[in-house]
Amino acid sequence: MAKNINGRRLSPEGSFKEQFPMFVMISPFIIFFLIFTVIPIISSIFLSFTSYDMISSPIFVGIDNYRRLITNDATFMVTVKNTFVFAVVAGPLGFLLSFILAWLVNEFTPNVRAVLSFMFYAPSLVGNAYFIWQVAFSGDSYGYINSLLLSLGIITEPIVWLKNATYLMPIIIVVQLWQSMGVSFLANISGLQNVSRDMYEAGAIDGIRNRWQELRYITLPSMSNMLLFSAVMQIQSSFSVSAIAVTLAGYPSKSNAVDTIVSLMQDMATVRYELGYASAIAVVLFIMMVTTRLIVGKVLSTVQK
Amino acid sequence: MLPLIYAVCTSFKPLDELLIFPPRFFVRRPTFGNYLILPDLMSSLKVPLSRYIFNSLFISVVSTFFYIIIATMAAFVLSKAKFKGRNVIFWIVQFALMFNAYTLGIPRYLIFSKMHIIDTYWVSILPHMASTLGVFLAKQYIEGYIPNALLEAAKIDGASHYRVFWSIVMPVIKPAWLTLMLFAFRDIWAEVPNGTIFSEQLKTLPQIVTQITAGGTARAGSSMAVTVIMMIPPILVFLISQSNVVEAMSSAGIKE
Repeated sequence: MAKNINGRRLSPEGSFKEQFPMFVMISPFIIFFLIFTVIPIISSIFLSFTSYDMISSPIFVGIDNYRRLITNDATFMVTVKNTFVFAVVAGPLGFLLSFILAWLVNEFTPNVRAVLSFMFYAPSLVGNAYFIWQVAFSGDSYGYINSLLLSLGIITEPIVWLKNATYLMPIIIVVQLWQSMGVSFLANISGLQNVSRDMYEAGAIDGIRNRWQELRYITLPSMSNMLLFSAVMQIQSSFSVSAIAVTLAGYPSKSNAVDTIVSLMQDMATVRYELGYASAIAVVLFIMMVTTRLIVGKVLSTVQK
Repeated sequence: MLPLIYAVCTSFKPLDELLIFPPRFFVRRPTFGNYLILPDLMSSLKVPLSRYIFNSLFISVVSTFFYIIIATMAAFVLSKAKFKGRNVIFWIVQFALMFNAYTLGIPRYLIFSKMHIIDTYWVSILPHMASTLGVFLAKQYIEGYIPNALLEAAKIDGASHYRVFWSIVMPVIKPAWLTLMLFAFRDIWAEVPNGTIFSEQLKTLPQIVTQITAGGTARAGSSMAVTVIMMIPPILVFLISQSNVVEAMSSAGIKE
């Protein structure tokens, strides 16, 4: 055994005794992570092969739930489509917008930057204040959007925004973007501030002529890890769009226009008590999220090169 | 920003201005009436307004505190301990960043009912104790800002792992945990329990907003008043932590 300067005994590096406090410190996280994330995922997979109503114990039914999902549930297919639209439109759009905003905001002096950052982050900060949009899109002429359009003479009759399948999707996407961009925006702005000045100076010597080239060859590659982080956050929020849609449009919404997988899953579980079926829906959602995550990772790692 | 300014304006509108046509954006004769009648509105619910505020603050503050401690401890271990498997754990954490309370809602509900914690404070607090986002951000920050040499030096001076964590790591990573404080507080404050809280005396502010909003246009002023009250704490937390947030987030990248 090694002795330190004071003559006290030290356990060898990496021995169990020496590392024991480390296990103590990580155990609360591991325990709660197992209970509230790992076990839920595993039990979803298990329950997805059963029929379960929370009263009697689960009955094994094989792949029946999945068969019903794919062949016999028109609503499910619509919600998959809607969720994909959210993920494909709102995800990348939020990602791009938050990057562009961060890029623009980053040009200002620190004080202006702080004010602008607050303004862009405020909507995410106030959490569920999105129901305010209900007033804006209210269907009678009291709604702000309607009254504005009426007074400008663009429309002659109030539009029932939140009961109209054509308008619902864009409205929910806008509100979702308004509310969810905050974290990615902060991540991007920090990423931008971390790209060192030297890199730009070196780039200028190497013949980088304009801002566009600078963005493509210096800024983006050096913050690609940051981009992946904000992409993951966008995936997380766009695949779980539900509360906003249910609050603004109700469930089921007009022609199921903005019903999402998560909304359907909650309905199955909390209204119809079909927990096995709801779990199968959850498993499909997990698979969709993981696949998207892998694709985004691949795409961003090519940007890096 | 506009909807938020709107909420503030509306919360000060007297009844006749709420019903005016065409609707006006700004308030002309501001009044505190909407705020003052809140306690009366609540009296029909048999629980005073202060109880909802207390519940919200209690759950948010307690959860945020433990969220930060648990996440930073785990992050410290994942970045500095020497045992096999920590990379695997971190990889799993990175992947689990994607799963949130919505996607895991149903199996979590079953677990709550197995643990017999439905309709207690626990159901609002415990799920926040294992934050993958918290561990992730803190770990990236520790790796960027805590050199191994610093830890070695402390160990030679005879400091235990706990002491190293508490007196060396925590002060250095203050920007990271202030950021976590912001994220955690914001999420927990706004959370609406999904079928897990029934007792009126355990309900929080976000649930009350929904109930008041259901009162229609005449209650619009009051529901905006509650909304404005709800905006204040997260904004305060943001103002406390904001100068540190950008710094802390800068180490958040995910490496493939």
